[in-house]
Amino acid sequence: MKKIKKPCGFHCVRIRDIGVQIGGQVILEHVSLHLHCGELLAVIGRNGAGKSTLVRAILDDVAHTGSVEFRDTENGGMQKIRIGYVPQSLELEPNTPMDVYDLIASFRYDTPVFLRKRRVCEEIAEALAEFEAEDLIDRRLSSLSGGELQRVLLSLAVMDRPNLLLLDEPLSGIDKNGMDLFYEKADDLRKNYDMAILLISHDLDYVAKYADRVVLMDKTVLAEGSPAEVFSGEAFRHVFGSAGPDAAKGAGSVLARRRARRTPEKEERYEAGYKGRSGKDGLS
Amino acid sequence: MGYLEELFRYDFMIRAFAAVLIAAPLLGILGTMIVHRKMAYFSDALGHSALTGIAVGVLCGAGDTDLPMIAFAVVFAFLLNRIARAKLAARDTVISVFASCSTAVGLAILSRGGSFGKYSGILIGDILSVTKRELLYLLALFAVVLVFWAFSVNKLAAISVSDSLAKSRGIRIAFVEDLFAVLIALIVTLSIKWIGILLINALLILPAAAARNLSENMREYHAYAVLFSVFSGIAGLVASYFINIAAGPAIVIVASVIYFCTYLFHLRFPS
Repeated sequence: MKKIKKPCGFHCVRIRDIGVQIGGQVILEHVSLHLHCGELLAVIGRNGAGKSTLVRAILDDVAHTGSVEFRDTENGGMQKIRIGYVPQSLELEPNTPMDVYDLIASFRYDTPVFLRKRRVCEEIAEALAEFEAEDLIDRRLSSLSGGELQRVLLSLAVMDRPNLLLLDEPLSGIDKNGMDLFYEKADDLRKNYDMAILLISHDLDYVAKYADRVVLMDKTVLAEGSPAEVFSGEAFRHVFGSAGPDAAKGAGSVLARRRARRTPEKEERYEAGYKGRSGKDGLS
Repeated sequence: MGYLEELFRYDFMIRAFAAVLIAAPLLGILGTMIVHRKMAYFSDALGHSALTGIAVGVLCGAGDTDLPMIAFAVVFAFLLNRIARAKLAARDTVISVFASCSTAVGLAILSRGGSFGKYSGILIGDILSVTKRELLYLLALFAVVLVFWAFSVNKLAAISVSDSLAKSRGIRIAFVEDLFAVLIALIVTLSIKWIGILLINALLILPAAAARNLSENMREYHAYAVLFSVFSGIAGLVASYFINIAAGPAIVIVASVIYFCTYLFHLRFPS
């Protein structure tokens, strides 16, 4: 993938005291997060914990209290935040007459989609090429695999060089290879672009492998820290205990098995790996 | 040549052709996004609301019911959109409730004193009734729709794929949806007189639905929808003249045949 810019480490996104009430019911309260550019923050929690509502609040798609700020810590100034968003899925019918060009052009350009302009075509192909998806430009959306669609959506999301990239990890329709690729791409973005990534995740194995920090949520932030810290905490056990959701249970048991296989020396290296990665990016 | 000369011998046939040539592409273009955004029921409700518009005009003592009908349809479209967006109940339920209520009120007022017979023509429409003034309305609307389409088709396509993604890109969803609804209301109301309340929706939906069976992308979708709509309009009008049936049903029968052919083609050669 083409490298655009190394994360500078001076930009940060502050999500301050987000609260959402729908029909008198509290969905989120006092959620505050802090992300640096070049950082991948994973948000985990059981079903109904408010993860998707948090994304909608950040996008201003639901009435909320609190604010989202983008700050340049070098100059101390506030800037208007650009948010890129990759939804979990799209509302597509089997015979939806849209190809990849139409999808990206409809969201990104003013040239009417039914007039296919060469300049727009070239720009879209270039954006797709960053995710090895340039061959998909003429493919009908309904014929794409889950993984291909995610790459197309990622291409669209990073076209405007957002300060904050919101990734809602796909729940279904992607096989293991597709998921590996999705996370590898997210990891590449984190390292090579000047953007912070907030990832809503359902797979704790991938979170353990790729996230710099993890936030465990249930209406509010229950725990925050490195994956190892959060996964070994009381709040994590409380949320994902034996009655946790299937995904979490599965992932939790895999983590447990991995932990059981590790010797004390390996455990140290494992912990050091996370700290090392955070430190390397200047994010600790 | 003899047939063509016969067709264009009368002014009313020339006006009818002009109406079809202006309105059919409009119906085809707007239909693409109505089908794409699953609004078939919405446009159907708008057609039925025309009855209430006429009734309001009659109550107000307006000799010409065109303007009250258009005004009512625009207000109705706007309200329907707003209420459906509030998500108090499923969208189709809300639309059904308001469409039924509006139609009932219209029928009740128009049937007062047993006088509904005067208005029953509007149910199936009359192509010969198109006036020069209505043609001018259609032309003006044609220009408005083309401008709107150039600026909004991308946004409508985007919203149909993902509301939240569209919002994240700064698209003003409510504004675009309201404008679109008002334009549907205008074209439906202006076309009702010659196609009829019962069939106007078919002409909005069928060409686009047929186009979907063949199209891989938005360019093909638009091209086929306009082509099918114009072809149905002209073929139906010619057929109605020579077979001596109402033009609205003839046009819709042609459009239906095209739909079934494309459906079979899609089954045989799925894309």
